[in-house]
Amino acid sequence: MAEVHPVIVGAGPAGIRAAQALVAAGLRPIVLDEAQRAGGQIYRQPPPGFHRSGRDLYGFEHRKAAHLHGTMRALLSAIDYRPGSMVWNCEDGILDVLRDGKNETVNYTHLILATGATDRVLPFPGWTLPGVYTLGGAQVALKYQGCGVGRRVAFMGTGPLLYLVAYQYAKAGAEVAAVLDTSNTTDRLAAVPGMMRAPGLAAKGLYTMGWLRLHGIPLYSGVRPDHVIGYDRVSGVVCRQGDGTDGKQLRIACDALAYGLGLRAETQLAAVAGCRFDYHERDRAWLPERDKAGRASVAGVYLAGDGAGIAGADAAELAGERAALALLEDLGMRVDTARATALQRKLERQEQVRNTLERAFPFPADWAASLDDDVVLCRCEEITVGTLRASAEVDGAREINRIKALTRVGMGRCQGRMCGAAAAEVLARASGVALPQVGWLRTQPPIKPIPVHLFSGDAPDEAGMTLAARGRR
Amino acid sequence: MEIIDTEAAIIGGGIVGASAALFLRRRGVPVVLLEAAACGAKASGVNYGGVRRQGRPLAQMPLTQRAHALWGDLPGLIGTDGEYQRSGHLKLAYTEADLAELERYRASTRGYGMGLQMLDRAALDSRFAWLGNNVVGGSFCPDDGHANPRLVSPAFAQAARRAGACVREQVSVDSAIHDGTRFVLRAGDALEVRARVLLNCAGAWANRFAAAFGEPVPETSIHPLMMVTEPLPRFMTASLGVQGGGIYARQVERGNCVIGGGRGVSASPDFARPGRAQIGTLLEKTADLLPTLRGAHIIRFWSGVEGSMPDHNPVLGPSRTTPGLFHAFGFSGAGFQIGPAAGEILADLAATGRTEIPIDAFRIDRYAAEAHAAAASTVLGHGHPLEST
Amino acid sequence: MNDTSRPSLLTRLAAQDRAPVDFVLDGKPARALRGDTVLTAVLTHAGRLRETEFSGAPRAGFCMMGACQDCWMRLEDGTRLRACSTFIAPGMRLLSYAHKEDSHG
Repeated sequence: MAEVHPVIVGAGPAGIRAAQALVAAGLRPIVLDEAQRAGGQIYRQPPPGFHRSGRDLYGFEHRKAAHLHGTMRALLSAIDYRPGSMVWNCEDGILDVLRDGKNETVNYTHLILATGATDRVLPFPGWTLPGVYTLGGAQVALKYQGCGVGRRVAFMGTGPLLYLVAYQYAKAGAEVAAVLDTSNTTDRLAAVPGMMRAPGLAAKGLYTMGWLRLHGIPLYSGVRPDHVIGYDRVSGVVCRQGDGTDGKQLRIACDALAYGLGLRAETQLAAVAGCRFDYHERDRAWLPERDKAGRASVAGVYLAGDGAGIAGADAAELAGERAALALLEDLGMRVDTARATALQRKLERQEQVRNTLERAFPFPADWAASLDDDVVLCRCEEITVGTLRASAEVDGAREINRIKALTRVGMGRCQGRMCGAAAAEVLARASGVALPQVGWLRTQPPIKPIPVHLFSGDAPDEAGMTLAARGRR
Repeated sequence: MEIIDTEAAIIGGGIVGASAALFLRRRGVPVVLLEAAACGAKASGVNYGGVRRQGRPLAQMPLTQRAHALWGDLPGLIGTDGEYQRSGHLKLAYTEADLAELERYRASTRGYGMGLQMLDRAALDSRFAWLGNNVVGGSFCPDDGHANPRLVSPAFAQAARRAGACVREQVSVDSAIHDGTRFVLRAGDALEVRARVLLNCAGAWANRFAAAFGEPVPETSIHPLMMVTEPLPRFMTASLGVQGGGIYARQVERGNCVIGGGRGVSASPDFARPGRAQIGTLLEKTADLLPTLRGAHIIRFWSGVEGSMPDHNPVLGPSRTTPGLFHAFGFSGAGFQIGPAAGEILADLAATGRTEIPIDAFRIDRYAAEAHAAAASTVLGHGHPLEST
Repeated sequence: MNDTSRPSLLTRLAAQDRAPVDFVLDGKPARALRGDTVLTAVLTHAGRLRETEFSGAPRAGFCMMGACQDCWMRLEDGTRLRACSTFIAPGMRLLSYAHKEDSHG
């Protein structure tokens, strides 16, 4: 057999299970992870020195977390684990990795991308103020740093994460001002039959909602944000409840707002690796094509977990293992086909659960159309919704890369992560076309910012890095 | 099938084709422009953005002078300033030999109004103290500058539209022939355009049409490697190039530094991508030339598809086989500044058959063996490709 | 203008039994805990990490997981770091306000 160099990017649930399956078959994968400790986001481990119980950190999921972390620990001697490694480019079997301020190249014959997800957001007036965080961000502050994002936090958006983070905050002793769900009770009722297929998930959801109610935390449904109150930081949020502008106004005093509308996949490495993408209506996003086992359109590349399409942590574990088995199959090695089939069946059930969750907590598609022109759309470049709409009208721009070239939306440091979904929604509405027609933001390396000194040997000395310096080194 | 009869048909909506359309409209000539993708989105839209006369071969001097005058009233031409600024262009030398080369160039281009100033190390220290240690001097052109190609090139097409040109995007011309009476262009079964004159402004894809009319040329595609930093405090007070090539850099009003040098790789006939092979070199060169940027971050690499000719001069002028056909392509990585002048020349040729600007050096039939050797020797001094636009 | 006198954004809720780490924020001494990210260290003292290049508006991060790139800060020597993914180190000298050369309006 030719030399095999499997590399896994991401040490969350998908990456860990992929590593486990490869090791079980006798391979020794390199596992690259941007974080300093394994676990991804949902099972993120605090830095060394934090003494917190699994229950405190992970609540209902503490057993899963313990199991996953234990698995990773047991794998360490059998893998080449490189935390603190940011993969910023992928080309023809070579990864460029930023680690400790220097560039490393990692060759691969087979690549499993388990790059995870971040929160999906839409803009609204005041969303860039200090004190506004994503739901995931608010959860990281608590889980990873033992901090609340404010003293009195309001939670807004939709999805199971909304109630979960509010619950976690309340349990940790933070004041939870309100939970503001953009979905309606009718949405959730419509999802009840589907939730029968995921009784555990449904039970947790009902439990957290019930617990919040029991503890006097107001829960609102059918909400749209109006604006955040505050000059240079959050001091409250105003929402509307019910349809149109005659809806009831809610004024919530708070010093922080955590919000999110589900998750969005981190697909940049798949794009740079040359994978084909297609549009997924449920996710309202372009995602890398994959077969049922997780093979991408590029030979030797496999996709697992939320990084290829949001499916949750349980699905990520299944997909990670299945992708690894696909890799082994493609090497001509013996694979437990019964296990592979079982994994696929479980993944299909997870898909159904996802559909149900989307029905229960639908993406508020009308939000983009109702945004005022002066709302900041691209937070990095501070470009407003109105600028995008004007360009669509005056320049006739109908495609998102064109809009980006003309308005700068998506040209900032975040490379379209925070504004891409919103820009597409606003553009589609402004142009009167369906969302898939506006396309998706072309991805280029580096997939995250890299320092200029990366290839210059040692990290620069003080004088070299002084941006204010006007003199020579 | 939609059939359009017109006076002038243009293949390609980059800065050359779009400016030709605009100038034809100013002469009252009916124009149909067909662009395969979106106007100004290929090389015209993703290039470095240098608006520069300095460094061009002698043969391009009249062309670049004319272009300089056109750029002087960009808002008047296209209704926007396109972030154009006359920052000055500083062409640097790493060696005394290179500096001597810059001196020779200055001497040979005297009279073309560039006002080149030679700067030694002391002068660089005094005026451009932010440069790295390893440059020994440079040549400064005060009125050269840079602009935002993503805004400027599409704006030419919009201006042409406003002036009454029929501009069709997402229209790929499958065939172009002359039927004895007029030119006939076909785009699938959907569109046929018939015209008295035809302008081949199809950039890196123009040779296909040149060949269709019996005059193929050795056009290749090059893929300049580009990158951009995050927004930074402004410190670069001129746009930079280097004698011998390798790196060029500018800083925009919003603070991002746009830097190019080296080559990316082809991803498909229509797209290029930044290749990792030369990324490291470009970053190292940047850290060396611009120490201020060492701790700054690159947020994007990209490349493009640019038509290039062996002698680094464009093909510009009338067809040698077919009356009424005019070519303007192959700008070899230096078409942004001269693009509007090329467009104006095309309009003059199409409308009157003549132009006042000398373009003999750019004739399409210079690629017969002896003619090519002669042309190559007129490349001034360095034998390096012109890298930046 | 820096606002280190303003109340903090973040609130410590757990795991406070960690060793202290002394650093400097906008010229004033401050104390964080070992294991704090720069973001936590700063925002348990103040209400912003930086000011935008264009409008000068204050920002305090957003996603906490290295995606939004809204938490970039600088040290007094010009070094740039991403606050949510960099640990606070003893003696770090952080600046949260825009350098006057930073703003481009």
